[in-house]
Amino acid sequence: MAEEKVKEVRGPGARRGMGPRPKIKNPGKLFKRLMSYVFKDYGIHMILVVVCIILTVVASVQGTMFTKTLIDSYITPMIGQENPDFGPLAGAIGRVVIFYALGVIAAFVQARLMIYVGQGTLKNLRLELFEHMESLPIKYFDTHAHGDIMSIYTNDIDTLRQMISMSIPQMLNSAITIVSVFISMVILSVPLTIVTILMVAIMLFVTAKATGASGKNFVAQQKNLGTLNGYIEEMMTGQKVVKVFCHEQQAIEKFDELNEELFQSAYKANVFSNILGPINTQLGNLSYVVCAIVGGAIALNQYLGFTVGGLASFLTFNKNFSMPINQVSMQFNSIIMALAGAERIFALLDEKPETDEGYVMLVNSKMVDGKIVESDEFTGHWAWKHYHKAEGTTTYQPMEGDVTFNDVDFGYTDEKMVLHNIVLHAKPGQKIALVGSTGAGKTTITNLINRFYDIQDGKIRYDNININKIKKPDLRKSLGIVLQDTHLFTGTVEENIRYGKLDATHEEVVAAAKLANAHSFIKRLPEGYDTMLTGDGANLSQGQRQLLAIARAAIANPPVLILDEATSSIDTRTEKIVQDGMDKLMSNRTTFVIAHRLSTVKNSDVIVVLEQGRIVEMGNHDELIAKKQRYYQLYTGNKPEMVTA
Amino acid sequence: MVKKLLGELHEFKLPSILTPICMIGEVIAEMIIPVLMGRMVDLGINGGDMAYIVKTGVIMILVALFGLLSGIGGAVFGAKASTGFARNLRKKMFDNVQTFSFANIDKFSSSGLVTRLTTDVTNIQNAFQMILRMAMRAPASMIVAMVMSFIISAKLASIYLVAVIFLGIVIVFIMNNATKYFKQVFEKYDSLNESVQENVSAIRVVKAYVREEYENNKFKIAALNIYEMFVRAEKIVTLNSPIMTGTVYACILLISWVGAHMIVAGELTTGEMMSLLTYCMNILMSLMMLSMIFVMVTMSQASAKRIAEVIDEKTSLGNPSDPIMEVKDGSIDFEHVDFAYSSDSEEPVLKDINISIKSGETIGIIGGTGSAKSSLVNLISRLYDVTKGSIKVGGVDVRDYDMEALRNQVSVVLQKNVLFSGTIYDNLRWGDANASEEEIKRACKLACADEFIERFPDGYNTVIEQGGTNVSGGQRQRLCIARALLKKPKILILDDSTSAVDTATDAKIRKAFAEEIPGTTKLIIAQRISSVQECDRIIVMDDGKVNGFGTHDELVKNNEIYKEVYESQVGSSGDADFDEPS
Repeated sequence: MAEEKVKEVRGPGARRGMGPRPKIKNPGKLFKRLMSYVFKDYGIHMILVVVCIILTVVASVQGTMFTKTLIDSYITPMIGQENPDFGPLAGAIGRVVIFYALGVIAAFVQARLMIYVGQGTLKNLRLELFEHMESLPIKYFDTHAHGDIMSIYTNDIDTLRQMISMSIPQMLNSAITIVSVFISMVILSVPLTIVTILMVAIMLFVTAKATGASGKNFVAQQKNLGTLNGYIEEMMTGQKVVKVFCHEQQAIEKFDELNEELFQSAYKANVFSNILGPINTQLGNLSYVVCAIVGGAIALNQYLGFTVGGLASFLTFNKNFSMPINQVSMQFNSIIMALAGAERIFALLDEKPETDEGYVMLVNSKMVDGKIVESDEFTGHWAWKHYHKAEGTTTYQPMEGDVTFNDVDFGYTDEKMVLHNIVLHAKPGQKIALVGSTGAGKTTITNLINRFYDIQDGKIRYDNININKIKKPDLRKSLGIVLQDTHLFTGTVEENIRYGKLDATHEEVVAAAKLANAHSFIKRLPEGYDTMLTGDGANLSQGQRQLLAIARAAIANPPVLILDEATSSIDTRTEKIVQDGMDKLMSNRTTFVIAHRLSTVKNSDVIVVLEQGRIVEMGNHDELIAKKQRYYQLYTGNKPEMVTA
Repeated sequence: MVKKLLGELHEFKLPSILTPICMIGEVIAEMIIPVLMGRMVDLGINGGDMAYIVKTGVIMILVALFGLLSGIGGAVFGAKASTGFARNLRKKMFDNVQTFSFANIDKFSSSGLVTRLTTDVTNIQNAFQMILRMAMRAPASMIVAMVMSFIISAKLASIYLVAVIFLGIVIVFIMNNATKYFKQVFEKYDSLNESVQENVSAIRVVKAYVREEYENNKFKIAALNIYEMFVRAEKIVTLNSPIMTGTVYACILLISWVGAHMIVAGELTTGEMMSLLTYCMNILMSLMMLSMIFVMVTMSQASAKRIAEVIDEKTSLGNPSDPIMEVKDGSIDFEHVDFAYSSDSEEPVLKDINISIKSGETIGIIGGTGSAKSSLVNLISRLYDVTKGSIKVGGVDVRDYDMEALRNQVSVVLQKNVLFSGTIYDNLRWGDANASEEEIKRACKLACADEFIERFPDGYNTVIEQGGTNVSGGQRQRLCIARALLKKPKILILDDSTSAVDTATDAKIRKAFAEEIPGTTKLIIAQRISSVQECDRIIVMDDGKVNGFGTHDELVKNNEIYKEVYESQVGSSGDADFDEPS
């Protein structure tokens, strides 16, 4: 059922699995938004980081300058002196020591601060992502591939980590270096600066070209990787079928083909990204030589008052100028990757959460002097608590479990309705069975009662209250659901049962397990109730997992139950035993049952036969058999006596 | 383990060797250029010799060209070697998985295998490229810089030597401590991802129980845990950079001071001192590189181990040396068969099974959850090997057959069956690659799949999506049966394969089997009595043992379990099934 739905909602244009990464639409805006996250909690940290980086750059520029003054002002004059005085030199070194020390401390402080900025931002993003995800409507999960959601937490967050903790400080450092070196260069010689800028322009041009080419190949690589991963996934899941049909050779052949395609594109993509470094390094060297020759010509001919000493410094700056530009261009790819990840992260954060405009609450109640009063303790009785804003009064209404569908239409998308004119009345304590073929809309109906999805037209009332007026958490707490696909959580068996009621005692857990007939197999597990379940309870059989899910619902003790193929994987003998427990559980509760086994359905008060989203028949077993139509046909395998609508 | 993986390099050995060589070429160019720069300043610029500047400039450009070529070579070979290595690793793993027995497959989960074939290989590819291009380059660059420094001045160069040894010790110390934490971080990562995974797939449960807050808190604890671990690990790593820069600065100052004295004394030129200072930076960079490689290698170690596990896994079932290629008939004999999924599990799943089935018989198998029905039939086509006793098909022990020959004659429709992406034709031809259209249609008719296939707009060319999600459960099961029929097997095993098919169609399929393929031995596992009651004989399984074996009438009379199941299901006509109207 769930799978079917996903397909319906997804439509033809939706993204599947691990396709090629989409182009980033607005990198500037994305970057700004990302930075706002960094600055929101770590603004002061970031300002300090910038200060530290400036200090580091200044220290290292000072170092470069020092070499020049060291030679020009201290060493050269001393050459040839009889009794050179090293005192001034010692003084100069002493001053530089202070600068250097400052630089080292700044570098250390910066690195320390960046840990908090990087990891802290990631932590906050993760928490925000998760909390936001939990608030999203079921529709989001039905319309997005689970692998895609997962990859936001794993891949995308990880590329962000690299960007925040490595690329950003490096970019800042490079930018500050570039500016300071540029200013120094202009002061020293304008013509040579122009020459240097020209060379840098060439470097940037080459970088742009290479990035473009590698980008194209990276897209191809991502695409091929996606295809291959998809194939691997399909084959690994179907590996047993491959074995049974001796299809190994064919599987290998197709794999080889895809593997080869990936290799070719990955090879090209890597060549282009690898090649950038060496090319830019050597262009930097070329720039150095050109500057030396041009500068030499200027200095030796004594144009523009340019000195030889100035040229020597300029050349050092030339080198210091190419290096950061080189680094920036190297960071470019990783920043693009990170922004693509950021885009997906923000897309999830921008998804609209489930809205809850309800105000009616479900409370435990007791009768005092013939009046319903709210109780803090569990009393076994529930009441709806209305707060009337206009009058400022609160009224209580007993919770009975009366559910009506009033001409309900519903579609997962507006274009395609899957339920039409559903009219249904479940009286308190009744057992309502929903039957019909796959895709008839059985599960959809139950998804509407607990407002996993909202209806397009008509009304659903719960004890005569429009369910839209009931607070979602309260509405859902009042409904116990056991689904066909059982999902368990990592933790002990006991914790999994307790999921239904967090403050349940061990005795309550055992009682619930006994009710669901799960106690006997749990006791036989290696560590009983303390046995760890991992990977969605992979170490249990499907039937055992269903029993645990039933126990989990039992301990929650909800007034209304929804059982969606809850016993489909339990063999009929065990089911019969479970059934006794279930009957106990269901007695005096309104219960919706979806099942394709007759034994589960037969004793229902009302059996609703659905076909293509419409109710075609309704009544109890005997009535429907007597009618000799759809239900009769399903039940006996005989043809109906008249053609139904 | 590393050696094991490197064994898969094959044709990429040459590029793997050429890459570091090219990188050394680049290093040499990188080292010569500062010397030339120094000379240019010393002799050309300071000496006012324009001709010398141009001459040195030309040499520099030539060296740069050499550096460029080496660099490009390193880039190309490195890319080739690493991506090729990845390709080979993937192939080796995939090929080996194809030889896996069911027991091997059970050992690795399918999602585990996917990760090993994808993420882990990518990790290794990146690490391998890094190592090829940097692991040689960094030490080479350091050694060359050292040598050059010693040539210029042994006295000053010894300062570097001391510094390098000091830094080396510091780095090893830091990394040792850090990797310890990093390893823990990655373990924590896994559990964090698991928690996300669980919430994504079980979101209905979370929402139904209104446990959003509870899950948020659980996640928060995990996220904070990771945060703290990471901060602790990175705090250690960040010591790296200031210690290194500090040491380098100390070297520069020492060299300046001592160098100044030497220059004044005429033992050193200013140009030489400039070169020495450049080398100082080179040495620092190399050390940084080395520490990065160190981290990378430790991080990829886990991936390497996981890949090696798959490559090393030996199939637990092998073909006999002189296999029998022909299966004579469809008779099956279980002789004192015991079976356990793993040798160390205390209690066998099947205990002392003795059954004899004649060729062409139709046998029903019924029993509760966990009564080992599937285990019983899985032994027949040798998906698992018996622990004790033997199974004979056509009078010959299954272990004496060629596995492919056996499996082609024993066709199993698994309980957890899968269709693959492709058209219906493609899927059915898994059973017989050369099946004609008529044969395919006949098989579909037998499996009652023809009616719905022909109702699809594209008929047999309808494309099935991955996992067969665009057909209903009952349709999927019927397609799987048709696929198995196309093998024209001597034995056909249906492991609960019509559970989603409605009662009427189920009966129709069984009737078709009886009439159209009477010579085929048929084993039918089912939950419904109606699915098995017409079988020639029925096996009642209970807790790994045969509890009863006989016809429906016999069992109803004298088998307690069968009687109980029968009564629980049958009011009038059996267990109704409201899925899939015929």
